[in-house]
Amino acid sequence: MRIQMFCINFVRMLALSIGLALILSYAVFVIYAERKVSAFVQDRLGPMETGPYGLLQTVADLIKLLQKEDIVPYGAHLWLFKAAPIIIFTAVFTGFACMPLAPELIGAPINVGVFFLLSIVSIDVLGVFIAGWSSNNKFSILGALRGIAQIVSYELPLTLAVLSVVLLSGTLNLEYINFQQHAHVTLLSDTTYFPWGDWTMKDAKAIGGIFTWNIIRYPFLIVSMCIFFIASLAECNRAPFDIPEGESELVSGFHTEYSGFRFAILFLAEYAMMLLVSLLLVVLFLGGTNTPFPNIGAVALCDWTSGTLGHWSSNAWGFFWLVSKAFGIVFLQMMMRWTYPRLRVDQLMLLCWKVLLPISLVMVLCSAYWVYWLKQ
Amino acid sequence: MKKTSVHPITLLFQTIQSLKEGLRLTFKHLFQAGNRRAPVGVMSDAYFKQPEGIVTTEYPHESIPLPDHGRYQLHNEISDCIVCDLCAKICPVNCIEIDPIKSPVEIGKTSDGSTKRIYAATFNIDMAKCMYCGLCTTVCPTECLTMTKEYDFSVYDVRELVFPFAELSPEEAAIKRKEVAELQEIEKAKKAAAAAAKASASTSDTEAPSAVTKPSVSKPVMGKPVIGKPVPPSTTDVVPPASESAASSDTPPSTPPKPAVNKPVMGKPIIKPSIPKPPTQTDTEGGSNV
Repeated sequence: MRIQMFCINFVRMLALSIGLALILSYAVFVIYAERKVSAFVQDRLGPMETGPYGLLQTVADLIKLLQKEDIVPYGAHLWLFKAAPIIIFTAVFTGFACMPLAPELIGAPINVGVFFLLSIVSIDVLGVFIAGWSSNNKFSILGALRGIAQIVSYELPLTLAVLSVVLLSGTLNLEYINFQQHAHVTLLSDTTYFPWGDWTMKDAKAIGGIFTWNIIRYPFLIVSMCIFFIASLAECNRAPFDIPEGESELVSGFHTEYSGFRFAILFLAEYAMMLLVSLLLVVLFLGGTNTPFPNIGAVALCDWTSGTLGHWSSNAWGFFWLVSKAFGIVFLQMMMRWTYPRLRVDQLMLLCWKVLLPISLVMVLCSAYWVYWLKQ
Repeated sequence: MKKTSVHPITLLFQTIQSLKEGLRLTFKHLFQAGNRRAPVGVMSDAYFKQPEGIVTTEYPHESIPLPDHGRYQLHNEISDCIVCDLCAKICPVNCIEIDPIKSPVEIGKTSDGSTKRIYAATFNIDMAKCMYCGLCTTVCPTECLTMTKEYDFSVYDVRELVFPFAELSPEEAAIKRKEVAELQEIEKAKKAAAAAAKASASTSDTEAPSAVTKPSVSKPVMGKPVIGKPVPPSTTDVVPPASESAASSDTPPSTPPKPAVNKPVMGKPIIKPSIPKPPTQTDTEGGSNV
């Protein structure tokens, strides 16, 4: 019994380290990508000197950050100041736990996965506030106040957008939501809720590919997806919703006073958050681990690009599709950042409370009606 | 607050429209990132005709070609320099430091035929002080002082920005000084003798001058030739008669150093082909100059 427990714990620790390593390497890659994207958008070259095409630039920056002194400003609340980055990163990192990465690689099998994810990510805002308040710095506290106002507000449309998917899927389990969009998996809940007249879920799953994605099965979800995307940008403190950081007015907002390793952690958390919301968006709307290619007669693109369930190939394909779709969303987030100017505080609140929230409420009603109507 | 008459739905669509327009713009630039603007100089017709693509010039690896007559680092072709000190005089920031040693004899000719009579023990140009006005190059009578297109001469120590152009080593300079001093002594002695002779005997014009003639050409001594004075044409033989006192013997020689001052100055600076260029720089430039 003890050995069994030890083994389980060992596997958990292993999974944790692998996950951490994955997130780290993702962050290194994506920070480089962001620099390159921003450079190309602005007709520049971006980093070119460190390594071939500047590939090692982020690594060099990380090494520099790790060497730096861990400065705690005079008058700062020592323990809160030191704990805040850890709270932020832990909150974001825990969110990955219930994310289905491949058909058989599903992390924590939580039945209320979406709920858990949204709740744990909400702790992020606590970390932001602690960071800003304990810094004893006016820029930090302003950034933190703005951050709280923003994140708490945008959690509503975000959650409502998720809710419309959850209504249609009939489950809070991310794994099930993922499998519902999978061509090769038949679930009990599949038979219901399929919209298009004569078509049944079976027909759709025979074709597979993009036709089993939630966004195609329930086309009106595109509105929810847009709301989710916008709100998730605000959740990540990404431009154009980066007023908690707002370099030009607040130095860098709630993490003004952080340096060295703790700053790196905050940075890492920001990019990890980007990936997390992208993964969530992909799982909820864009077919999760499923291929976008449908079977067209004899050209069974869907089958070819999905692998066979139970075989490692399905996991590899699933992981590949999930990650590439998520990276596509991350890329879109970057493009948003380098395209749109930052919103003013009042514009931000107006967008949230007067535009996104009503629309997302309507979308929830739509989904509810859809479910009700199809159940007849 | 003024109320806008735009219907909210219209506003929504306008917003979406403008958001789309913004993304279209950034994506356009993103997809153009495959192109790069060729690093052509302002001399090229293509300079203003490259509207798209990445603008970055990866400087140490490539650079935009400059016109030949750049206005950057100063260069003195010391073999052509007659050490006239005009450049140092005109310099608004006093960045040129010259220590001349007047030679008793002609020491050579410049490439344009001017006679060189002064050694430059020091000819330092402090590029840290230089304000790149180019005045020194316009006053230079022999066109030996020019501005080159070399602009990358940053150093770690600001003192390294003092560029020495003098050819004499300190030892050589010391020797020259000694020689000059000896010659002066001799000359003084001769002068004194002549003066004494003049004072004692009644003047026979031909004799005393003939003794003085030779050295008077190289009349030496002072560091700075007087520039403001228009230069009397005759430098060679006719020496002020013995009617002058010995004390005034210093004044006439203000002439010697510059036979070239009266020369017409050419309008265009000519860049001497012998300007040294770092080979690597030229290579990269040549390579990138598409």
